[in-house]
Amino acid sequence: MAYEYILTASEDGIGIITLNRPKILNALNLQLVDELVAELERMDRDPDIRVIILTGNDKAFAAGADINEMAEASAIEIMKRDQFAVWDRMSLISKPIIGAVSGFVLGGGCELMMNCDIVIASETAVIGQPEIKLGVMPGAGGTQRLTRAVGLRKAMEMLLTGEPISAKEALRYGLVNRVVPVEAYFQEARKLAKQIAAQPPLAVQVIKKAVHKADDLPLGEGMDYERNGFYLLLASEDRKEGMQAFLEKRKPRFTGN
Amino acid sequence: MYETILYEVSEGVAVVTLNRPDKFNAFTELMHKEIIAALKDAQKDDAVRCILLTGAGRAFNAGQDLGEVSGGEVDFGGFLRKRYNPMILQLQKTEKPIVAAVNGVAAGAGMSLALACDIRLASEKASFVNAFVSIGLVPDSGGCYFLPRIVGIGKALELAMTGEKVSAEEALRIGLVNKVYPAESFMEEALAYARKLAALPTRGIGLIKRTMYKGLEMGLEETLEYEAYAQEVAGSTADHKEGVAAFMEKRAPRFTGR
Repeated sequence: MAYEYILTASEDGIGIITLNRPKILNALNLQLVDELVAELERMDRDPDIRVIILTGNDKAFAAGADINEMAEASAIEIMKRDQFAVWDRMSLISKPIIGAVSGFVLGGGCELMMNCDIVIASETAVIGQPEIKLGVMPGAGGTQRLTRAVGLRKAMEMLLTGEPISAKEALRYGLVNRVVPVEAYFQEARKLAKQIAAQPPLAVQVIKKAVHKADDLPLGEGMDYERNGFYLLLASEDRKEGMQAFLEKRKPRFTGN
Repeated sequence: MYETILYEVSEGVAVVTLNRPDKFNAFTELMHKEIIAALKDAQKDDAVRCILLTGAGRAFNAGQDLGEVSGGEVDFGGFLRKRYNPMILQLQKTEKPIVAAVNGVAAGAGMSLALACDIRLASEKASFVNAFVSIGLVPDSGGCYFLPRIVGIGKALELAMTGEKVSAEEALRIGLVNKVYPAESFMEEALAYARKLAALPTRGIGLIKRTMYKGLEMGLEETLEYEAYAQEVAGSTADHKEGVAAFMEKRAPRFTGR
């Protein structure tokens, strides 16, 4: 499929999506997000892809929403546009998404990052939700996911001042998984993707879903969910292969069945 | 294009000259901005492979121009955060070697500026004065960070608490400067030193600078990990290949900085 604002590639079971509006720091316009979600859904269906990397460029993962599209629109127009509905579809992607972020990770860019399951950050990354400075607030999960990620007080500080934090600070608050030199963040994400792509795909997807349930469900229900997933995987071919290989002291060959 | 500094590039070296000789090159708001802009220019310009920072006239830099701040309430914290701190951070962010050619007195924040450079060369007429205490202030602009790391905590506290002037000779003895040259030939010697640095693998030197300063803030394990990353980058440079080839062929390497 031809896209205007994203680049796509795949290799060794890894799908790579690169946000590509470098001249305006990967500002997220409606079409870009549409393209991104369409490609995520396509990759989710592609049996040759087991893990997805979402990245931008060294200067910007995404510096926020394209303000041009919003400055003149009325509240009703924006509501009718229902521009966040497409974002909701991102959380339905069943394969793990690894964010490889650098430079500006602001506003919608930060919300996009928080839609990733694992995040590798360049040490040059600056991460935040500056919407308040424009007289508005996040609309794609900024208040909800940030609070779940960093806790209420840090989220309050970031959201009420609009000031971004450094990659190093983001690491301290668990907002990103690793911080590496700018030259290495994409490679690091790729290494991690390779490692996950080598795991049994069914288990990967069931685990991803179960972990996300931890945000939504009370503990008891979450435990039930986990246990059902556990029983489900016991029925898989890959479970037989995994346990057999362990006993025979060899590397398993997972097929995804 | 600059008012308070001179900026000139030749033979791989960007010479940044603080140029308010009648005021001993004391800092003004504009000078901070211009130093930052010059460092950014130098970072972007592939023809620049070393930066030499010096002062016009008799002084290197006398610190803050007190004429600019006397009278009225001064927001010291805001002042530093807005004007001095970004300049010091820019010196660190610039991934090229920065050499301070300390031609005369470096006092207060002027001394801090020299400390934040990677290498310090001094004229025999140079001196360092940690003048803050003399007006009841604390060394700023990285003075409390770099000084103990360069000369050790004992000497650093002595210099900061007494504000005593350190001669070039003494500065060399305590490791505050790397070299001292005669006053007559100082700028030539400093330029020659900078040109030598400019002929070395610039990308590798940038990574050395970044990794070593980071190492000051990290533990051994983190530093080892960072070194591994840095080496992956350095190992992919043209200058690394040239260095190895020259070694094998028993000839002098010709580094391009890439």
